[in-house]
Amino acid sequence: MEEKKIYLSINGKEVASAPSQTILEVARENKVFIPTLCDCQNLSPFGACRLCLVEVAGLPKLVPACSTPVAAGMKIRTDSEKIDQYRRLIVELLLSDHEPDCMFCEKAGDCLLQDLAYQYGLKNSRLKGERRAALIDDSNPFIERDNSKCILCGRCVRVCDEVQGVSAIGFIGRGFQTRIGTPFNRKLNCEFCGQCIASCPVGALTSKPARRKGRKWQTRWVKTICPYCGCGCNLTLHIKDNEIVGVHSDSSSPNEGYLCSKGRFGYEFVHHPDRLQFPLIRKGGQLVRAEWYEALRLVATKFQEIKSRHGNNTLAGLSSAKCTNEENYLFQKFVRAVLGTNNVDHCARL
Amino acid sequence: MTNSIAEISQAKAILVIGSNTTEAHPIIALQVKKAVRKNGSKLIVADPRPIALTKIADIWLQLRPGTNIALLNGMMKVIIDEGLADQRFIAERTEGYEEFKKVVDRYDLELVSQITGVPASLIQEAARIYAQAEAASILYAMGVTQHRSGTDQVLAIANLAMLTGNVGKENSGVNPLRGQNNVQGACDMGCLPNVLPGYQSIADPHILSRFEEKWGVSLSNKPGLTVTEIFQGALAGEIKGLYIMGENPMLSDPDIHKVEKALRSLDFLVVQDIFLTETAQMADVVLPAVSFAEKEGTVTNTERRVQKMNKAIQTVGEGMEDWKIICELATLMGYPMRYRCAEEIFQEIADLTPSYGGMTYQRIEQEGGLQWPCPSTQHPGTKYLHHRRFARGLGKFTPVEYSPPAEIADAEYPFTLTTGRKLFHYHTGSMSRRVAPLQEIYPEGYLEISAEDAQAINVASHEEVVVKSRRGEIKVRALISDRMPRGVVFLPFHFHESPANALTNPVIDPVAKIPELKVCAVKIERLATGD
Repeated sequence: MEEKKIYLSINGKEVASAPSQTILEVARENKVFIPTLCDCQNLSPFGACRLCLVEVAGLPKLVPACSTPVAAGMKIRTDSEKIDQYRRLIVELLLSDHEPDCMFCEKAGDCLLQDLAYQYGLKNSRLKGERRAALIDDSNPFIERDNSKCILCGRCVRVCDEVQGVSAIGFIGRGFQTRIGTPFNRKLNCEFCGQCIASCPVGALTSKPARRKGRKWQTRWVKTICPYCGCGCNLTLHIKDNEIVGVHSDSSSPNEGYLCSKGRFGYEFVHHPDRLQFPLIRKGGQLVRAEWYEALRLVATKFQEIKSRHGNNTLAGLSSAKCTNEENYLFQKFVRAVLGTNNVDHCARL
Repeated sequence: MTNSIAEISQAKAILVIGSNTTEAHPIIALQVKKAVRKNGSKLIVADPRPIALTKIADIWLQLRPGTNIALLNGMMKVIIDEGLADQRFIAERTEGYEEFKKVVDRYDLELVSQITGVPASLIQEAARIYAQAEAASILYAMGVTQHRSGTDQVLAIANLAMLTGNVGKENSGVNPLRGQNNVQGACDMGCLPNVLPGYQSIADPHILSRFEEKWGVSLSNKPGLTVTEIFQGALAGEIKGLYIMGENPMLSDPDIHKVEKALRSLDFLVVQDIFLTETAQMADVVLPAVSFAEKEGTVTNTERRVQKMNKAIQTVGEGMEDWKIICELATLMGYPMRYRCAEEIFQEIADLTPSYGGMTYQRIEQEGGLQWPCPSTQHPGTKYLHHRRFARGLGKFTPVEYSPPAEIADAEYPFTLTTGRKLFHYHTGSMSRRVAPLQEIYPEGYLEISAEDAQAINVASHEEVVVKSRRGEIKVRALISDRMPRGVVFLPFHFHESPANALTNPVIDPVAKIPELKVCAVKIERLATGD
């Protein structure tokens, strides 16, 4: 059943909304930009970063837009001087304890904190004080964590719990000592889906295989489909100099942007030195390099020979669940129309 | 799948049977987790092993390997006896109920409990949860199909869904999870010995003549051989030449010693692949193809969604797209195939395949893929199947009886071996084992065994053992795992160093010709230590 609409105003403009929505959702629907760091698609509101604070007429304090439900007649301001000052201060506080590593950071150019610092013109934080030391965990082959860049937005913790259901990581410590880690500081031992990397808004979590191979914006993106299991997840390959250097997935169906370890990290085989580079023909018991025309002619001749000597049904073909529909279609057409037999199957049974 | 992936999280009850979903279909497992943890759905898991999903399941039916039919029949008897069957659905949408009921009637709880090893009360509770849910979904995979009785197991699942009216509706249905990115498409495209593209029977003269006309050749209406039969045919000298495109039966098929013998008996073997796989090493000619990133085309996922793959990089070496190689060969053999691009082939597919009839590259790209059936350009595609009417008209109840696996553990081979995939690897490993981080996290295959069994045969964790079946033996390290029930051991089949399929039983289901890869009997011996 459709929810009844309610009416409220944002920055003096009247807007309609469903009563179950948050201020942030309604603002976004109406193209009103509110900066966020801890908000993340599909995850429950967290209210940690405080960047989305807005003014609501009649309320004494600013409220976080991400976790405040709308109400009929609400008068919301998102752009006052007071809000601007608050947001600036929040970014300054974050920068005061953030390794200024943009020169080398994998996420430079694709970092929400960097964008905010740029937006507010904050080259240096006025707030000087102790900084967390670089706390790098790269004890696994997939995910590198640098807690000195972490802004404690909790997106990685929530995606690991709410979406992946693994809860491999959590908040540890209190106050200035707070950081993200594993229980008892054990080595990360999870499904290595990398959902945490995809959800990190800054450079605290990065893909080890993609490291220093090109920042996201320096690569050419090609959307395709994952080559592993039958889920059919969408993949966007990051290409640099004819090499796949990284992967991301967009929020479309069927995987809503989530991937597994094979989908996210399993692309290296494409460039493996074992790739077959040229045709091979068996000569004197050994497979030796051949020219295409030589190999194809040999196959055609042999198939013809077997066909005429023993009959069509002594030939057979096994197709591939890794090849495209077009290729599978042509394969069975080849077996049926050219070899002249219905002896065609593939590994659906295995 | 009769439903779509996104519908899984909306089901009120989910039965997962014969699927280690978190490892083999991780993204579908996210839907199951969402259903349970966010939407309050009930989850029933039927699996001999405590897989990850059993941790969040309301009910875990820890049945003995190969006893699915007894369990399903037992659940159905509870449903009928307690008046939980959907009588209206049965009357309006199905046939054969009375015959079916007679068979199911024999499966009383005590008997079923005895066969499966599952307590009667749990079976009862599972049956009630499934039958009473407003929308219930069944997910299954090779744990159901890779048995001598695989076809019957699938029929039992269909019976259960029909009995409760849980098919042909949004969020409720029968959902086989397909294991490879285009295994659905390879079937759809008619890479099967008895059907043409779109599952059109070669026995139908009208259909055959339409293809003959379009392709300009006369075609045989004699059904061909399945993969398992092709290897038997090679052994018998009836198959002389074999063309394998992108498959590695030397690791994926049961009883690989027999596969090896079969391949050696051929006069001529051509293998087209991107690596020199175990199978390619035996070929007379090896043709280098290209990877997914080097070509354009469509693939069809487990929810029947046809999606577009796009070329991302230039070809490595002299490799050629598979479709171009086929065109070259056909042309050389006197049947010119001249397509300028993959799209031109797709247009021919749409023309000849009614379920793909309304699809074009443009639509697929604009609409985020299209789910078949999509018979016309105005048709939006089909989110779930069998709405209001089954493909054959009425849904047919087929009574099925439990029969034990072909090979039961005995005094000589006292362990039941079951095989499958691990999260970090994929099928025969030709791709995943050439990815450094995946290989680093999971470098070798292990024989997973319970602590009690390991102790009984005096084997320590990580100790190398010899596993023997009536067909072969392999060396592999043992891994004591709290996932294994007593008497059952597990091997992944990804690893050529310890090929599980040297041991497995090639006995096949008589209808689907699928081998019983999920159950065989083995013995485990310690390596002679020399002291």
